[in-house]
Amino acid sequence: METFLANLFNGLSWGMLLFLISIGLTIIFGVMGVLNFAHGSLFMLGAYLCMQFVRWTGSFWTGLLLGPPLVAALAVAIERFFLRPLYGRDVSLQLLLTFGLMLFLDDGVRLIWGAAYHVVQPPDALSGSVAIFSQSYPLYRLFLVVLGPLAGLALWAFFTFTLWGKLLRAAAMDRQMAEIVGVRVPVLFTAVFAFGAWLAAVGGALAAPHQSVGPAMGERIIIESFIVVVIGGMGSFPGAFVGALILGLLNSFGTTFFPQVQMALPYILLAGILLTRPRGLFGAES
Amino acid sequence: MKPRAGTLFAAAAPAAFLLAAPFFLSTYWVMILTEILTMSLFAMSFNLLFGYTGLLSFGQAGIFGAGGYFAVLSLIHGPSSLWAAFAAALLGSAFLSMIIGWFCVRRDEIYFAILTLGFGMMLFTVAHNWRSLTGGSDGLGGFTLPPLDLLFWRGSLADPRHFYFLVLGVVFLGALLLYRMVHSPFGLLLRSIRENTQRLSFVGADVRAVRLCAFVVAGTLAGLAGVLFALFNRIASPEMLHWSFSGKAVLMTILGGSGVLFGPAVGAAIFYVLEHVITAHTTNWMVFLGAILVVLVLAFPRGVLGSLLHLAARRRGRPRP
Repeated sequence: METFLANLFNGLSWGMLLFLISIGLTIIFGVMGVLNFAHGSLFMLGAYLCMQFVRWTGSFWTGLLLGPPLVAALAVAIERFFLRPLYGRDVSLQLLLTFGLMLFLDDGVRLIWGAAYHVVQPPDALSGSVAIFSQSYPLYRLFLVVLGPLAGLALWAFFTFTLWGKLLRAAAMDRQMAEIVGVRVPVLFTAVFAFGAWLAAVGGALAAPHQSVGPAMGERIIIESFIVVVIGGMGSFPGAFVGALILGLLNSFGTTFFPQVQMALPYILLAGILLTRPRGLFGAES
Repeated sequence: MKPRAGTLFAAAAPAAFLLAAPFFLSTYWVMILTEILTMSLFAMSFNLLFGYTGLLSFGQAGIFGAGGYFAVLSLIHGPSSLWAAFAAALLGSAFLSMIIGWFCVRRDEIYFAILTLGFGMMLFTVAHNWRSLTGGSDGLGGFTLPPLDLLFWRGSLADPRHFYFLVLGVVFLGALLLYRMVHSPFGLLLRSIRENTQRLSFVGADVRAVRLCAFVVAGTLAGLAGVLFALFNRIASPEMLHWSFSGKAVLMTILGGSGVLFGPAVGAAIFYVLEHVITAHTTNWMVFLGAILVVLVLAFPRGVLGSLLHLAARRRGRPRP
């Protein structure tokens, strides 16, 4: 029972971080048709900025609050100056551009903060651990587990009830139609890219006390979140949620029960889903 | 007649340089050149899929590395023969790319990229975790390099110059195959897939079969390059299969130009020379590489060789005053 619970919480907390980054990836793909290779790097940048703010101010919350908007500002610049000239050109050019940005950002982080791993302490209110079934469990991880559904709920409300949420969904569904009824699509594109980047950076800041902050963290999560959005269905919001949970749990339970093949499980799942349901679990049929 | 002589010279000069290089370059640069040639074959195999068929593979390194492992395994467990190792690797990587290709060619664009990435990483996991067979993260080394046994000549491959000529020969054969292929009716078929898949299937071509064919040829050549790479480094290691290694082929191709057969080879040369120049000053050379890639994609999507050829063609096409 104890191992089961520990695995469950580990899986859910990792799944929650995956969800935050995948939702941005999936909206950006859904609306703009761009698969953003650099998304993991934005996540990583969120973690590093959070760490830097903790160093300066000693407060994790400042990092969580101030880091992500900086990443979003960077994303605005990326979209305006780098991605915009490529719309309407070959899809692989956009993929290659974001691949180049990923190399640049990942190594740039190494240049600024060094190749070593850094540790960020959880805030005082969330440090320590709680006892569950005679086993102590870090409080911060439980906080992430609780935060996951809340973030999902907030995003769902955003997409369902607010004007911007509806505009995003409209543009994701039919870009041309949205343009015809008067949505300013270029502005929307910038906003979508910045919003996705902001979410990824929030995920990164939240991940900082959860795992060590290092230059490889972006590369690891981008591959997993690619798998999440593909098995969930490209551009699907519930798909990103379910996909992230599946992958998070697969990660923690797989490590315990199938340590030999755990690393391969996500890829096997990916191939299996793409072959049986090519549009993903929640993807719309065309 | 004039442009023809120019074209002939453009083809003959690099060939003459490659043949003569070991006689005047230092051993160090001969080894660099060996690596460049090996990576050229790898990048050109990638470009058969990307530049000619329009399929962006991020899993090419998986088959490249598998080729290396097949060869090393054959040398350790099988006969100590170079040709047996090549045969094992060719058969193995052809078989592997047939299976992987069968799954991957059903999708294109982004899905193809992600699927190939996934399969490549599956192979990486096998190499990384199957300790008893592959040596795990340490890699698989500790084999003796067999002598190069041509019917009329026998020599040790421990000499970097002998090894260079072996690589030159193999890469030449691979490049020749690619050249014949892209200039054949089959090559036209590949390019028409890149341009318009739907129209091609309307006129009755089996798009999947053609793509699979290209995938298997590209995979087999990547495996061949993997053999050269593993023998050159005396080890087959899991990093050879990682997706970031596939990224190298992507980078070299974009650097040199994806629209030209020898673009990736030029890209590989630029890649290594740049790496040397930049790492002499800083270890963070990926920052530069990333920036270069961004500039190339935005301003020169034809790549270096592609842009030069384009320029030359435009100058030739201009009427003389």
